[in-house]
Amino acid sequence: MTSNSEGLIIDGVMAYIDRDNIDTDQIIPTEYLKSIKKYGFEDYLFDGWRFADDGKLGITKEERILNENFILNTQPYDKSKILLARDNFGCGSSREHAVWALRDFGIKAVIASSFGDIFYNNCFKNGVLPIKLNKEEIQQLFKRSADNVLSLSIDLIKKEIQINNDYLISFEVDKNLLDRIVFGLDDIDITLSHKNDIIAFEKSRMKKLPWIFAND
Amino acid sequence: MKTLYDKLWEEHHVSQLDSGESLLYIDRHYLHEVTSPQAFEGLSKKNLTPWRLGANIATPDHNVPTERGNNFGFNEIKDEISKIQVIELDKNCNKFGIKQFDIRSSKQGIVHVIGPELGYTLPGMTIVCGDSHTSTHGALGCLAMGIGTSEVEHVLATQCLKVSKLKNMLVRFEGVPKENVTSKDIVLYFIGQIGTAGGTGYAIEFAGQYIESISVESRMTICNMAIEAGAKVGLVAPDETTIEYLKKNSMLNDDMFVDAMNYWNELKSDEGVKFDEELIIDISKIKPQVTWGTSPEMVVSFDDNIPTPSNSASDDIKNILLAREYMGIDSEKKLSELSFDKVFIGSCTNSRIEDLREAAQIVKGKRIAENILEAIVVPGSGLVKEQAESEGLDKVFIEAGFVWRDPGCSMCLGMNPDQLKPYERCASTSNRNFEGRQGYLGRTHLMSPLMAAFTAINGTVGDPS
Ligand code: SF4
Repeated sequence: MTSNSEGLIIDGVMAYIDRDNIDTDQIIPTEYLKSIKKYGFEDYLFDGWRFADDGKLGITKEERILNENFILNTQPYDKSKILLARDNFGCGSSREHAVWALRDFGIKAVIASSFGDIFYNNCFKNGVLPIKLNKEEIQQLFKRSADNVLSLSIDLIKKEIQINNDYLISFEVDKNLLDRIVFGLDDIDITLSHKNDIIAFEKSRMKKLPWIFAND
Repeated sequence: MKTLYDKLWEEHHVSQLDSGESLLYIDRHYLHEVTSPQAFEGLSKKNLTPWRLGANIATPDHNVPTERGNNFGFNEIKDEISKIQVIELDKNCNKFGIKQFDIRSSKQGIVHVIGPELGYTLPGMTIVCGDSHTSTHGALGCLAMGIGTSEVEHVLATQCLKVSKLKNMLVRFEGVPKENVTSKDIVLYFIGQIGTAGGTGYAIEFAGQYIESISVESRMTICNMAIEAGAKVGLVAPDETTIEYLKKNSMLNDDMFVDAMNYWNELKSDEGVKFDEELIIDISKIKPQVTWGTSPEMVVSFDDNIPTPSNSASDDIKNILLAREYMGIDSEKKLSELSFDKVFIGSCTNSRIEDLREAAQIVKGKRIAENILEAIVVPGSGLVKEQAESEGLDKVFIEAGFVWRDPGCSMCLGMNPDQLKPYERCASTSNRNFEGRQGYLGRTHLMSPLMAAFTAINGTVGDPS
């Protein structure tokens, strides 16, 4: 297994949206779920906030009316790799499109005090690192962001966030989830290495509870 | 001593992975057109085929137009992009041999409505779908949860899900509800109490006198919205009511049914087992609930004051201001001072036959109010529609000025033409009142079918009795 060295440090400007409960419909509205592709969602991230008009799949951001005040439309935040929010980020739908939109925009890490369960899990499958910090640390980051543009350097191995070279926060994340980002592991390959276990389990289940399989 | 969730977990545990996660065997996998295309593509790229074909059931629901009538074909879908998605599902089902209730099928419907009614959802199963409201199926004593598209691909390829165990929460609803209070009101009240992140990381088992007293359909409404409280999994242990429901719906032959029933009768949390969290909620004083804001936790009794910054805790003030602004709440103190534009009765939360019966009872012999531009009823499935029509409910709605539609998700999320226009205010029986959920800048108030029907007639929320 080789590590993806780019994946070990996430360096960049941190944008911030001071809200609780940023749900998956805000991250990417339903209109864009009509795509059958897995990429190309960058222009639709936070659509309702980033634009002052109603969008459609296939219409690019150049054809839209920008909401000039929205942070991701202002420099240097339009190139942010890191996003800060408050509580329960990504609550709502299971749509992986929400993570694809963040990823395609260039966001590599989201920092919040808590996350929606399914969203949290989806992040690791797409190389986006969700970082949970406590509410006080989040508050600190918001406070500092209000005064200065914050550049962060997130070390995935040390699990530390360096802020503007003068301030350090450490974070916790489950090692095997993190490994997916660091090594770019493929879940299907891992699971299929247990093929025999699955076959054996399935056989015994079919024998023990045939009615489960009766409507197959 | 084990909880029901613990037991279901152990029964499906294939192996422990080095990562610390577990491989869980999946008995049933539902698919729809929105979260599956990328998964099928991934499967093809890896040269894989579905592990156990028969585990998979597909139906298009999110995108489909609800004015289809008879003999509707793909080519009649006007939105070109929606059409591609519906056709893509059809192609993938044909290519891989997956059973599909397609757009022409009399059994097509919202995936969480058709699964249980067609007998594909049975107690004791693990059930997944690329949709967060998969928690609905937990009402029959299943371990059911929503998954992302990568996991859809994973389940297709391996019949397993890689997951970590959740914590256990028990919620006991005790007492007898007041008149006009439905399971939707109870679950909205519950979410208002614990918040939209209150159940994060938990599997919630719903129990207590109230749960025992209600139908499987009403239990589905509650489990459906467990995810709105942050919980991936909602559960109700099977009981006599469940078994009566399954006698009608399970499709099992008599011998198998007896075997299965013996198994279902054992499916419950052990007496006295300790949950990580236990809540008892007295439901006897709850009044009909209506959301006022942009999150399901922003909910009040229909006649309560709408929260203002001055009567709220300081960390809520910002959320309240943003929500009031989005919802167009100015000086109005109560929800009944707001004028509604549209009414939507439908969605996987409230589009089953008993929901339609409750709503029909309210509107019978009356007319929708003048300010209501459109009131639509969208049955959850072809079978629900058929049943409702056989009871004459369609006529009751139509005579009152409602529009009677074909099954689908419809205005729950507005991926099809059923959408709110900017600033329109909607009384909706769906499950999410997020900004723009029902259409760009649309304003959603969640409530029960009974209250939505009343709002259609009355022009705004109020006391249905
Ligand atoms: S009815 Fe609404 S919540 Fe239910 S599956 Fe459809 S879109 Fe999702």
